Amino acid sequence: MAIGETIRNSQIWKSIFRHPMPLDRRNRIVVMLTNFFLHLHPVSIKKQGIALSFTWCMGGVTFFLFLVETVTGVLLMFYYRPTLEWAYNDILALRDVTSLGILRELHRWGAHAMVITTWLHMYRVFLTGSYKPPREFNWVIGVILLLLTLLLSFTGYLLPWDQLAIWAITVGSNMARATPILGYEGPGQQLLTIGGIDMITDGSDARFGLLGARFVGEETLNRFYVLHCIAIPLATALLLAIHFWRVRKDGGISGPL
Amino acid sequence: MHSNGLFLKDVAGFLGSYYTGLAVMNAVAALILWRKKGQFGWAVTWAVFAGAMMILASLALSGSESLVPGLPLAARNLVNKLSGPVLYTLGTTALFTILFVFRKFFVQPMAAWMVFNLALVLMGLSMADANFASIVMKPDNVPIVGLVFLLAFFTWVATKQAVVNDERIKQGLPPMEKLDDEKVLVWPDLVYTELICMVAVSAFLLVWAIFLPAPLEEPASSVKTPNPSKAPWYFLGLQEMLVYFDPWYAGVVLPSLVVFGLMAMPYLDFNKKGNGYYSIEERKFSYLVYQFGFFELWITLIILGTFLRGPNWNFYGPFEYWTPYKVEVLNNVDLPQMFWVNLLDRPLPRAPQGAGTLVQIGTILLREAPGLALLGAYLVLLPPLLAVTVFRGFYARMGFIRYMIMANLMLLMLSLPLKMILRWTLNLKYLVSIPEFSLNF
Repeated sequence: MAIGETIRNSQIWKSIFRHPMPLDRRNRIVVMLTNFFLHLHPVSIKKQGIALSFTWCMGGVTFFLFLVETVTGVLLMFYYRPTLEWAYNDILALRDVTSLGILRELHRWGAHAMVITTWLHMYRVFLTGSYKPPREFNWVIGVILLLLTLLLSFTGYLLPWDQLAIWAITVGSNMARATPILGYEGPGQQLLTIGGIDMITDGSDARFGLLGARFVGEETLNRFYVLHCIAIPLATALLLAIHFWRVRKDGGISGPL
Repeated sequence: MHSNGLFLKDVAGFLGSYYTGLAVMNAVAALILWRKKGQFGWAVTWAVFAGAMMILASLALSGSESLVPGLPLAARNLVNKLSGPVLYTLGTTALFTILFVFRKFFVQPMAAWMVFNLALVLMGLSMADANFASIVMKPDNVPIVGLVFLLAFFTWVATKQAVVNDERIKQGLPPMEKLDDEKVLVWPDLVYTELICMVAVSAFLLVWAIFLPAPLEEPASSVKTPNPSKAPWYFLGLQEMLVYFDPWYAGVVLPSLVVFGLMAMPYLDFNKKGNGYYSIEERKFSYLVYQFGFFELWITLIILGTFLRGPNWNFYGPFEYWTPYKVEVLNNVDLPQMFWVNLLDRPLPRAPQGAGTLVQIGTILLREAPGLALLGAYLVLLPPLLAVTVFRGFYARMGFIRYMIMANLMLLMLSLPLKMILRWTLNLKYLVSIPEFSLNF
């Protein structure tokens, strides 16, 4: 006990945690206001609003899974090389020989779980009518986050560079070929013909933009890697921040008026 | 595929622990009920059920082909024979309708527990079939099995509260959520819950990761096309739509409309009731529309696309072997063909050789006139017609623009089931088919 006492009275501890342990009412309030991570939350909340049967905790679980994906993903980036030569072999090694290769399992299953929990979170928000005013705009941000979650999962699907990966992405990205006007097999692509020269070809259409090539190849691997590890996570993090901020600004967890 | 003996060796151990798990689960339930007043009958029922599960477990663990409990071959063959996209869609629709109409019955804990147990036993019995097991246990398909049970559970949780609230509102009482207006401090009441949730999710994920290796197939090869080639599981509903629509609509326009429709939802739903608590009666229309879109058009199509679509995207029954040689007769016909050739007994209108652009376009329009007229009536005439009949109240409260957006979104959403029905009944391929502009609908 004495050691704990000494630590809590040391200058270092006090410089980090500016208040005593949150054991009494006053300090439990203070901790919410002074801690960077906790200040996302209000100080007090309606008891009904945090009942598990009401919220299912699915939004929180989704965010936690996003953090799991970030941590395991960064660790995997130290090991995995997104090139045709190495991508598959690195994943194979993660499965068979590398210590902590289970990180890949965590990352993959976490990703599937995150898609599911996002749907469940949305389902709960719908069923409690929580998208209604004043929370309309936060629902819209939520829909964009759903889309980003699916895109994160989709871009990550390619990285192991096995049969499952490239053919799933081939099937998925073939849709872009049929984009109206902008896909070279899409309706109305003939409209973008200037002086007899077809502007939309298999080397310039929406699918080419997505894949970086006419078929799923090394350019696609690189493109999806950058999207998966940097572009989409950044966008997601920004929108998550707005999403959480708006939860507070729109009146906290919903409840009957 | 495995010969049955080899396969059983793999699956018997799993089924043994599966049934043991069921037995333990029901024994715990029996124990809890036994300690409650007036539940003695149910306690005995589930204790007996737990005993039966122990017997199934030991039979499964025997690993002998004649003893592992499974569905009789005749029953499996019958299911395979009967099942098809039509029966699957109608069956799931009927199931959802029954669950919705009789929700007051199904939300009772004992009724739900019984349905849950039946589903699990049926699942276990099916797993003894090599074809069923090989698809359900494919690593990337496991999350969908989880999704189905999670969705069932949470729908039950929500419906249970909605039924109570609806009853209370009918009696003029506030919803349950209103009763507990007390405020609590976030530390400790919420942060501890979050901590426990995080620990639980981490533990769950670790166990999952330890016991189920992430899928890794052969190295990628752009010349070896797998049959079937499937998109990631959460997009398989969209891939299933490709059966009925061309990629520009099923793969690009409809998904965009889904996203747009979801975003528009809070601005279209003018009903102020049911905000912040579970209820069905107070917002029946929006509830049914959402459930129809989510369950009928998203989840069941994903399940269909994952578990029942095999090589060449043919339909395979749940216990059917995925042979790539299954042939399905495709005799779908376009509407212009039906109209001009079959009905009027004339050739399709065709522009004369070397005709100008205008003549060519005119001919196309003439050829596609029946389809275009139908589509025009559906998308242009139907919304105003609905506005003065069924949706009169909606139109009055929503105003012109909001109403038109809602009506068109709903009609486009219904275009999928309608096209399915047209395909099944008339073998209709396209309503409008303009290959000259890659525009088929």
